[in-house]
Amino acid sequence: MLALTRGIMPTGLAALAGLQAVPLPGSPAAAAPTFDLHLPWQLLGALGPDLLLVVGAIGLMVWAAWRPESAGHQRRVGELSLWLVVATAAAVLAYAARHLTAEPGVIAVDAFRWAADLIFLVATFATIALSMDYNAREGITSGESHVLVLFATSGMMLLAAARDLMLVFLGIELMSIAVYVLAGLNRRSARSAEAALKYFLLGAFSTGFLLYGIALLYGATGSTTLTEIGDRIHQYGLGAAPLITVGLALLLVGFAFKVAAAPFHMWAPDVYEGAPTPITGYMAAAVKAAAFAAFIRIWVEAFPEVVYHWHNAIWFLAVLTMFVGNIVALVQRNIKRLLAYSSIAQAGYVLVAVVSGTTLGASAFLFYLAAYTLATMGAFAVVVALGDRGETNLDIDEYAGLWTTQPWLALAMSVCMLALLGFPVFGGLGFLAKWYMIQAALQAQYLGQPTPQVMLAVMIVLTSVISAGYYLRLVTIMFMRPRHPDRTTAALAVRPGALTESVVVVSVVLLLALGLVPAYLVNWSARSVPAITQRPVYVLPSAGSGTP
Amino acid sequence: MSLFYQFVFYVFGLVAVVSACIFVTRKSPVAAALWLVNVMFSLSALYILLDAQFIGAIQVLVYAGAIMVVFLFVIMLLNLGQPGQLVDTRGVLPWLGSGGVAIVVLAAVLVRLPRIEAVDALQLPPETLEVATRAAGAVAPVATPLFTTYLLAFEVTSVLLLVAVVGAVVLGRRRGEMMGGGGHGRGELVGADEVLVHGR
Repeated sequence: MLALTRGIMPTGLAALAGLQAVPLPGSPAAAAPTFDLHLPWQLLGALGPDLLLVVGAIGLMVWAAWRPESAGHQRRVGELSLWLVVATAAAVLAYAARHLTAEPGVIAVDAFRWAADLIFLVATFATIALSMDYNAREGITSGESHVLVLFATSGMMLLAAARDLMLVFLGIELMSIAVYVLAGLNRRSARSAEAALKYFLLGAFSTGFLLYGIALLYGATGSTTLTEIGDRIHQYGLGAAPLITVGLALLLVGFAFKVAAAPFHMWAPDVYEGAPTPITGYMAAAVKAAAFAAFIRIWVEAFPEVVYHWHNAIWFLAVLTMFVGNIVALVQRNIKRLLAYSSIAQAGYVLVAVVSGTTLGASAFLFYLAAYTLATMGAFAVVVALGDRGETNLDIDEYAGLWTTQPWLALAMSVCMLALLGFPVFGGLGFLAKWYMIQAALQAQYLGQPTPQVMLAVMIVLTSVISAGYYLRLVTIMFMRPRHPDRTTAALAVRPGALTESVVVVSVVLLLALGLVPAYLVNWSARSVPAITQRPVYVLPSAGSGTP
Repeated sequence: MSLFYQFVFYVFGLVAVVSACIFVTRKSPVAAALWLVNVMFSLSALYILLDAQFIGAIQVLVYAGAIMVVFLFVIMLLNLGQPGQLVDTRGVLPWLGSGGVAIVVLAAVLVRLPRIEAVDALQLPPETLEVATRAAGAVAPVATPLFTTYLLAFEVTSVLLLVAVVGAVVLGRRRGEMMGGGGHGRGELVGADEVLVHGR
C-alpha cells in the first residue's frame, strides 16, 4: 500500500516539470491551422463545436426552467434544441472542411472526431424530433428532457475527441448521467423507473472498473494521455508490466459494459424495454457509438504495442456477443427487447473493427456505425409511430397485418430490418456495411504483419444467417399474417406525428440512397481515420531488437 | 522511517480496518454510517502521514463531512424501520462467493505488488515532493496541475455536476407531470413524497 502510493505521488508531479516547456502566448504557432493545445485559447478553439453545443444547452436549460411547464413549452424547447443540433453540425462540418490538426495533446483534432460527431448529431436530431411527438402523447411536459439529450450529446462529442483517459472518463459520465435520467423520464411508468435505477446502478458499477483500470494504467506509465502512454510503453518496454495487463483488462470490462457486449450485456434488455422509446433508440444508436469511438481510439492510439494482451480477449468478446445477441433475440416477443438483443448482436460486429486493429478497421467502424445509426433510429421511429399513450402495441404480434393498415410504415420497418440484417439492395447501406466489416477482418494486421481473421469473417456470416430468423420473421408478420380478429385495427391506423413521420422517411431514404450510391460514404469513412502519431518501430516482443 | 511513524501508521491502519469490518456487519444503518465516518477519519490520518496534508483535510471535509451527512439524511428520509425488523435477504452462498473473490483478489495483489518494479525513468528524483511542498506549501502541488495541465478536465467536471443537478431536479420534482394529467391509479410512481406516503 505504502509502496504503491509512493510510486504514484511523485509521478503526479511530473506535470509540474512538464509545465516549463509550455510556449508563451502569442507565439507564431497561433497563426497556423495547427492547434497548440497547451494554450487555453487554442484549446477553446479546438473545442469550437463542443462549446457551441454546451453553451447553447445551458442557455436552453435556463429558458426551459424559466416558463411554467406545458406541452407547448416542451415543444418550443424541442424546436430550439433541433436548431442547436443543426448549428452544431454546421460547425462540425466547417471544422472538418478546414482540415485542422493539433499537436498531440488532451484532445484530438482529426477527421475521425468530426465523422463520429456527425453520426452522434444525426442520432440526436432524430431522438429530439421523436421525443417531441412522444412527450406530447405520453403527457411528459418537462422541456428539460431535450436539454438532457443535448448534454448527453456533448459528452459523446467529448468522447470522440478525448485523447486523455481522464477526459474519456468524464465524457462517459457526462453522457451516462444524462441518459440515466432520460431513462426514468416517464414518471408514470414503474418500468421506466426500474430501467433508470438498473441502468444507474450497473452503470456506476462499470464506471468503477473503468476508473480502476485508468488508475492502474496511470500508475504504470505516469500519464493519462493516450499518446504518452503509448510512447512510454514503447520506450520503456512496459508491455509485460502486470499493472498494464490488469489495467487493460479492467478498462476492457468497463467498456464492454457500456457497449453491452456479452457477457456484460445483462442490463441492456430491461433498460431498453423500460426507457421511453425515443431514448431507447438514442441509447442503442448514439450512446453505443460514442462508447465505441472512445474504445477504438484508446486501443489504436495507446496500446498498439501490447496487442497480444488484448487481441484474444476482444476476439472472444466479439464472437460471444454475436452469438448471444442473435440467438437470444430469436425468442423475443416484445419489439423493444428484440431490438435490444439486435443491438447487442450489432455491438459484436462492431467489435470486429476493434479486433482488426487497422485504419481500415477504423473506417469500416465509421461506415458500419453510419448504417447502424440510420437503421436503428428508423426502426425505433416506426415503434414510436405505432405506439400509443402508455407504451402500448409493443408485442410483435401487434404488427400482424400492418401492411393492410399502414403500408408505408410496414415498408419502412422492413427496410430497417433488412438493413440490420445486411440484405443486399433492399437493405440499402446495411449490406455494404457488413461487407466492409468482413473486409476489415480479412485485412487485419498486428504489429505491421497481415494476420487475416478468417474465423471472424465466417462468424459474421454465420450469425447474420441466424439473425435472419428474427429480422425476417418480423417482416413476414407485417406482410403475411392476417390481423388477429380479437384485435382492433383502430390503434394501428392512427396517423403518427409529422416529426415522427419525417424521421422515418429521412432515415429510410438515406439508407436506400446511400446504399445505391455508396462511393461518397466510402470515401468519407476511408478519409476519417484517427490521426495516430506514428511511432518509429513496431516490433514483435520475440524479436526484441527495437526496444532500448 | 522512524519508530514513531510506524507506530502511528499501524494504530490508524488498525482502526481503519476494524471500523470497516464493524461497518459492514452492523444492522442499524445509522450505526454503520457512523462507523464509516471512523474509517474516513483514519484514512485521512494515513494521508497526513504520507505528507499529503491537503488531501487529508479534504478527506475529512468531503467524505467524513459532506458525503456522510447526505448518507444520514437519506437513511432518515427512507425511514427503514427498526434495526430488529430488518432481515438480511442475501443467502450464505453469494455472501461466501463475493467474500471469497475479494480475498483471492486481495491475496493476489499482496503477493504481486511487492514484486512490481517501477521504471526508474518514470520516477521523479527522491525528495521531489518534499522540495515542492517546502517551496509552495501542500496545496500548490495539487492546484497547479489542476488549473493548467488538467484545466479542460476540471471545466468538464463543472458541466458534469450541472447535468447531475438538472437530472436530480427533473427526476425529483414533486408532481410536475401530474398537474393536467388527471387521476392516477395505485402503484404508479408520481413523486418522492407520495411514494413515501404509500410506504408508511
